[in-house]
Amino acid sequence: MLEQWMYIGIFMVVAMMLPSIAIIIAGLLSPRRPNPIKNSTYECGIETVGPGWPQFRVQYYIFGLVFLIFDVETVFLFPWAVAYNRLGLFAAVEAALFIAILAGGLIYAWKKGALRWL
Amino acid sequence: MDAGMILEWVIKSVVMVLMLTGGFAYVTLFERKVIARIQVRVGPNRAGPQGVLQPIADAVKLIFKEELTPAGADKKIFILAPLITVLPALTVLAVVPLGPPLNLFGRTVNLFLTDINVGVLYIIAITSISVYGITLAGWSSNNKYAMLGGLRATAQMISYELALGLAIVGPVILAGSMSLVDIVDAQRPMWFAVLQPAGFVLYFIASLAEVNRAPFDMPEAEQELTAGYHSEYSGMKFALFFMAEYIKMIAVATIGATLFLGGYLGPFVDRFPILGPLYLVAKVVVWLFVMVWVRSALPRIRYDRLMALGWKVLFPLGLVNVLVTALIVVLVGG
Repeated sequence: MLEQWMYIGIFMVVAMMLPSIAIIIAGLLSPRRPNPIKNSTYECGIETVGPGWPQFRVQYYIFGLVFLIFDVETVFLFPWAVAYNRLGLFAAVEAALFIAILAGGLIYAWKKGALRWL
Repeated sequence: MDAGMILEWVIKSVVMVLMLTGGFAYVTLFERKVIARIQVRVGPNRAGPQGVLQPIADAVKLIFKEELTPAGADKKIFILAPLITVLPALTVLAVVPLGPPLNLFGRTVNLFLTDINVGVLYIIAITSISVYGITLAGWSSNNKYAMLGGLRATAQMISYELALGLAIVGPVILAGSMSLVDIVDAQRPMWFAVLQPAGFVLYFIASLAEVNRAPFDMPEAEQELTAGYHSEYSGMKFALFFMAEYIKMIAVATIGATLFLGGYLGPFVDRFPILGPLYLVAKVVVWLFVMVWVRSALPRIRYDRLMALGWKVLFPLGLVNVLVTALIVVLVGG
């Protein structure tokens, strides 16, 4: 089993080589004549207004938080799904309860307005 | 574990990476040709017969383009971000079986890189990593459009990842295993697309959003955000983002074909194992064709509706699908 993971490690090293080589070759072959105008921030031809790292809405954070909760709970469904055939009706009832709790959480977030994009 | 084994691994890894790179090059050509035909145009036809050398011409052009780094950018992360985006796209297919075991040079060669017993979890985990690359690319550019594009991409990808994960639970219940080799074997009597129609449709829609394809290509909505998170990228670094997107398309098509369309299975595949990869490639090409077709047929969805679709339609649908699948399996008796 551990061998299989080592294999993934080797594959990642090989896979990492391709984009690295591409960047290095391009770095060697491409021209490099920077000037201040070329290197300025792109904003459709006009000069940049305000900072490049502006404030952004908090909504992204709320979605991230809700995602984190549900993603962790979804991952719990996988071991259950694998062992499902061996567990029978009891596991089905338990999972139904678990999914009902998940759905309850979703309805709560929905009612609280966390899923509304203002 | 001997030296021959390690050699086999390295050769397989290199072949896989080259195959995906070549696949990427020709998927771009395929997409341009198909869209051209749908729009009653001819498409690229100058480089080589029928334009078959077009991807090579594009690659050469991109290598010789000057690479710009914005003055205000965070330089290290700016260079690292395309690498972080490409790596998961290349490695996600490691657990997918491409065909039945073959006899080559007197030894049995498995046509998959590795068969881990948590293959499905590996896929979900690895695809999530590319979100980091996109977010960091948007942030490090020090550009408003890039940053908003990166944030949008993040929010969109995490929203649809839930539906994607729930869509995959169905095949796992039916196969009783998270290994993709077992999941393919379990589809010998019938494809899971037939047993799991809702899961199949869910997977298709969520995977379109996951790889930022139209009609869910909000992160790159050019009217609002120019090119989104890769606005400031040029030359080879831009090409790497492009490569990641198309390799991810191939990856979700291959994984989808493996989970729902029987993978490499097809008529006579047991007698002639060499047919296995051909069946898989045929299914992947059909899948990619549908993705391109969808792009040319549907307009982009507005961002708030996109989020609403993910959270209020697809996610509850995924929960119901898991529940119904579980109930049916219990009633029928597995």
